Amino acid sequence: MAARFRLEWLYGLATVVAISGLPGAAAPAAAQEGLPVSITYITQEEDKPRPLSLVDPVLTDEGLAGARQAIGENQTTGQFLKHDYTLNELIVPQDGDLVAAFKEALATGETLFVADVYGDQLLALADVPEAEGALIFNSRAPDDELRTEECRANTFHIFPSRAMKADALAQYLVWKQWFDWFLIHGTLEADLAFAAALERAAQKFNGNIVEKRAYEYTPTARRTDTGHVQIQRQIPILTQDAEDHDVVMVADESDVFGEYVPFRTWDPRPVVGTAGLVPIAWHRAHEQWGGTQMQNRFEQGQGRWMTERDYAAWLAVRSIGEAVTRTNSNEPPKLREYLRSPQFEIGAFKGEGLTFRTWNQQMRQPILLAAPRTLVSVSPQEGFLHQRTPLDSLGFDEPESNCRLE
Amino acid sequence: MQRGLGVLSAATAAWLTLGAAAEARTIYVSNEQGNTISIVDGDSLELVKEVEVGERPRGIVLSPDGKFLYICASENDTVQIMDTETLEILGELPSGPDPEVIVISPDGAKIYAANEDDNLVTVIDVASRSVDAEIPVGVEPEGMGISPDGKVVVNTSETTNMAHFIDVESHEITDNILVDQRPRVATFTADGAEVWVSSEIGGTVSVIDNGTRAIKHKIGFEIPGVPAESIQPVGVGVTSDRSKAFVALGPANRVAVVDAQTYEVKDYLLVGQRVWQLAFSPDEKFLYTTNGVSNDISVIDVDAEKVTKSVAVGSFPWGVAIKD
Repeated sequence: MAARFRLEWLYGLATVVAISGLPGAAAPAAAQEGLPVSITYITQEEDKPRPLSLVDPVLTDEGLAGARQAIGENQTTGQFLKHDYTLNELIVPQDGDLVAAFKEALATGETLFVADVYGDQLLALADVPEAEGALIFNSRAPDDELRTEECRANTFHIFPSRAMKADALAQYLVWKQWFDWFLIHGTLEADLAFAAALERAAQKFNGNIVEKRAYEYTPTARRTDTGHVQIQRQIPILTQDAEDHDVVMVADESDVFGEYVPFRTWDPRPVVGTAGLVPIAWHRAHEQWGGTQMQNRFEQGQGRWMTERDYAAWLAVRSIGEAVTRTNSNEPPKLREYLRSPQFEIGAFKGEGLTFRTWNQQMRQPILLAAPRTLVSVSPQEGFLHQRTPLDSLGFDEPESNCRLE
Repeated sequence: MQRGLGVLSAATAAWLTLGAAAEARTIYVSNEQGNTISIVDGDSLELVKEVEVGERPRGIVLSPDGKFLYICASENDTVQIMDTETLEILGELPSGPDPEVIVISPDGAKIYAANEDDNLVTVIDVASRSVDAEIPVGVEPEGMGISPDGKVVVNTSETTNMAHFIDVESHEITDNILVDQRPRVATFTADGAEVWVSSEIGGTVSVIDNGTRAIKHKIGFEIPGVPAESIQPVGVGVTSDRSKAFVALGPANRVAVVDAQTYEVKDYLLVGQRVWQLAFSPDEKFLYTTNGVSNDISVIDVDAEKVTKSVAVGSFPWGVAIKD
């Protein structure tokens, strides 16, 4: 079920003469015809349990809000260049067929997609034969395999991989000289995957996982009137008698128990991972490098705080916009070539221009390290050197990936 | 480029010779975090006073007669008017939300403000303290430059990555020049022939020909031992004779000295940390830079191309203006 959403031009300018202004480029003889740029945001509805933290809002438009914010910004830029952006919101119902809806969109001529989907869904979309000439921007799936084995020429990753996040956290812990980690992980697939990324990061940066324990999952209600009494006793038992450690590291992407761990561990230790100190692509507490402006205008535009999923969708739509602006084209092959070139970079409030790794088309980016209410640090940490850029010390560097996209 | 004073009128010159000591130079520095204006004696280079102003003061500009200092109090969504004699805030100008940078017309009658959060440039009539117009520009407007004849205002938009040329009479944008990522400052040369636009994340300065409205040259920077991503050009100042230009390079902690005729970088001068804005003294013998993270300003001898002194000011110095 596709909903076509056309943004009205917010500003009317009487006369706008667009000049490319680039050295060597000829000024257009006459004002050009409008260049239509249609971007499809595709996702599938799902039943999500409420957030474990009672303070976290229940969101219904996560990701989508970021895309909406960015299409407005692209359109503001586009008006000066006669580029006309529209956002096609393709929200597939839970019992719907995601791939079929995607094929339908391709059939109507859509070629630029922001996919706010899980890893297996992303591959299903990328492998649709008719999608070969399209471009798909992954704004959600963190699966490392998508960056090491299952790369696709038509797919760009905006969202950071699990490896990038684990590496960002590991670098900070090593910088702090907190080398010994007690890892507690959930048992669902996503939790195990993040635990594996943390183990890999330990090896890479000389961290030491002194002990590993699993928290078995049993579904419970998220809200009860006497919530804390049982948890207060449960978590110490879960964490007692571990090998000496500096931090308790939690791998609970499924949001089942992690929020309960801080301040309840047997030993008094900081909690890091998916609770406590969290590696994350965006956080409300981030206001560096012009971040205040992004926070302000997202809140103004979307009526709430920007999450990392919103940020990734925003960045995907903005990257497309930047490529269209610089190439004056809406054609995927031209855009793809530009996105992979050294000319492409995008300001994304992270202190440096962001670019794509050519081997796996992952967007390089600093990763924030956030406590619940403050920004603690940003990785890569000082001192972690790299011949190309310190950003490539996070995630899969070229020799570490089996992908060699061209 | 910020100018301390325009051309001195005969009356003002006469006043200055009456019993006054040698030109008393004053350097004004806005402190973004400290919410103050630091008053530095321009001759002794001593911090004389710190005056509390509005919240998050950033862009500051002197009136052409030097009587008033206009201060962007960004968090208060206003431009404050400070009397340079008494250092008191006399009132406010309606700037629109979150003004970061302002420029003033050569006759002092109009002030143009960039409203970062609202994609607008606000035109303020100074005498009546009212808004003449709001001009829609690109996303995240910051840099403001005004031509020496006061006929053209240039605004840069940091997310749209353009320099917008605005006709001051019609309030309409006549040209939009695409530049590199996150353009922060737009500065006209004194003869109005060129507009220099710095791109903070792009790491370049684009020199735009004001006649053809096309980029005639792009200046890049390279400092041995300094990572490329730290080189983030912000403030630009070109001498009136267009012989040399100075570019503040942010977290590279240096000011680049550029031959403004050949556009070649001649030297890099080490100043304080995270140098953003800079301004010449009216006689262009000195250049003052604001070093946000080290909480000081640096004084550069323009002829010698050397840093002579640092002066500690308030917390996170941002803008600088000089009055003789």
